Amino acid sequence: MPSSGTIRVRFFARYAELVGRAEAAVLVPLPATVGDVVRRVRAELPGGRDIPERPLAAVNLKHAKLEASVRDGDEVALLPPIAGG
Amino acid sequence: MRTYLTRDPLSVGELVAEVASPQCGGTCVFLGTVRDGPEERGVRAIEYSAYEEMVEREFGRLATDARSRWPAARIAVRHRLGTIAAGEASIAIATAAPHRAEAFEACRYVIEEVKRRVPVWKKELRTDGSEVWVDPSGRPTVRPPDRPSHV
Repeated sequence: MPSSGTIRVRFFARYAELVGRAEAAVLVPLPATVGDVVRRVRAELPGGRDIPERPLAAVNLKHAKLEASVRDGDEVALLPPIAGG
Repeated sequence: MRTYLTRDPLSVGELVAEVASPQCGGTCVFLGTVRDGPEERGVRAIEYSAYEEMVEREFGRLATDARSRWPAARIAVRHRLGTIAAGEASIAIATAAPHRAEAFEACRYVIEEVKRRVPVWKKELRTDGSEVWVDPSGRPTVRPPDRPSHV
């Protein structure tokens, strides 16, 4: 039973520019939520502080709340305000 | 599998052909185009980027939602990515239904939902050389041009 999980975090558009990368592997103690992953990103990645505390997020290609739980191997994406169309 | 994204110019004819049916008496087409209006102050193009894998899934979910609301409607939608010049289309939607009301409603629903939930972003490329991320309210997020990048 793993006590920590590796989350693949992906960054897009302005957020990718802020942290200077498109993705990162983030280790979190389990159980964990999307919000925990965001806190890790903001604390550990250079430029991470510039990402809002409560960004829009997705888990495994689906919109998710910051309270949603994450599991080892999940893909969490941090999404700047959507501006399609 | 249906692909909702393309890097090529959008073809309205193709989308209309996809929804055409003898059972449909009304067809609606919506085109979203890159704007360089008085508020934009010199936009030569917009660079569209996306969380592509999620866009495909989200468009699928959106189409399912639309079909549950208008079961008889036929819907085709395509979003273009990459650099798109002012005046050119970035999204095209075609809806066809037995009667015009459903065609109009479904078309409006699709574009509003795209704006709300499909992960696509745009960066304005301005004539003065600056680049500006656009947020949905239209409020620009200016990126300082000389900011060192963290790698």
